[in-house]
Amino acid sequence: MLTLQFIPYHDLEDLNSNQKVSKLLKSVRENKIVLVEGKLDAGEEALLIQRTMEEINRSFKGVEICSLDYYHQEDWVKNVRRGLAKMLLGNRAGFTVIGPASLVREIRKDPNKIELLTGNMKRKRK
Amino acid sequence: MVSFFDFINRLFFNVFKGRKHIRLGIYGPVNAGKSSIANRICLDWIGEEMSEVSRIPHETREIKVKEQVEIEKSGKKLSFHLVDTPGIATKVDYEDFLRFGLSNKEAKKRAKEATKGVIEAIKWLENVDCVLVVLDATKNPYDQVNITIIGNLAARNIPVLIVANKTDLRQANIKRVKAAFPQYNVVGVSALKGHNMEDFYHELFEVVR
Repeated sequence: MLTLQFIPYHDLEDLNSNQKVSKLLKSVRENKIVLVEGKLDAGEEALLIQRTMEEINRSFKGVEICSLDYYHQEDWVKNVRRGLAKMLLGNRAGFTVIGPASLVREIRKDPNKIELLTGNMKRKRK
Repeated sequence: MVSFFDFINRLFFNVFKGRKHIRLGIYGPVNAGKSSIANRICLDWIGEEMSEVSRIPHETREIKVKEQVEIEKSGKKLSFHLVDTPGIATKVDYEDFLRFGLSNKEAKKRAKEATKGVIEAIKWLENVDCVLVVLDATKNPYDQVNITIIGNLAARNIPVLIVANKTDLRQANIKRVKAAFPQYNVVGVSALKGHNMEDFYHELFEVVR
């Protein structure tokens, strides 16, 4: 069974980067695929990778992560409008998917779609 | 986010260093050919390699620095310390190494060192002045690791040259890499065969300028 957990933007907006990453990793380590409203910034993504590496062990192999956004706008009016919305409401455009690597084998991303390749839980080895 | 202090520090560092001791970082995902690029540059200009390469992922698990590499093109000189970094990944599974014939013990050791290497590579983002982001031109460029690396460099205002490596392979698709990162200079090379290195050095001078 796959569990998909939605985390709305307002659940993360008051958290600092460390708290945000801890919250996301906690859910991923419970074998949930997390769907986050909005995107992590580049620094938070790097922090997520660092924290993931620190936590890797026999049962936790890491994460698969992918975010989608519509940042390649040609229309500058739309970009300005989006910039203002971001300033007033926070960066809630797009979404981010994070899943445990033992559950999500690969996330393939094209500019406008993502595909999650899931697999059986890793076979057990001695 | 770059702090005001970092910004001022970088500004003054760039003005006064006279471009004599640039730290040129080589970043990218695992097995993209970062060490092959480092070796090709070193072979071309100092006649010796700097890193081991292997088809087993995470061969480079520590930061390696080659000091005072000097390249010359059209009468212009560029001197830098070349920093070869471990590949950045979001997952490390020791069982993946078993497929390459490593023993259980060796695989676990390699996995542990690999996780430390990824952390070290991310920390070193603070210490580089210009970066070659090496991507495997046969793979999907939209991978989140690539986006995270480039996003972090952009946030620090560090100049970037994207190197689409492995162009000698039939599946290589440089157009796709260019389409994924339209705001960056992209050059296709085969570090292994030494293809298109002239263009690479030209682009390097452009980016460091």
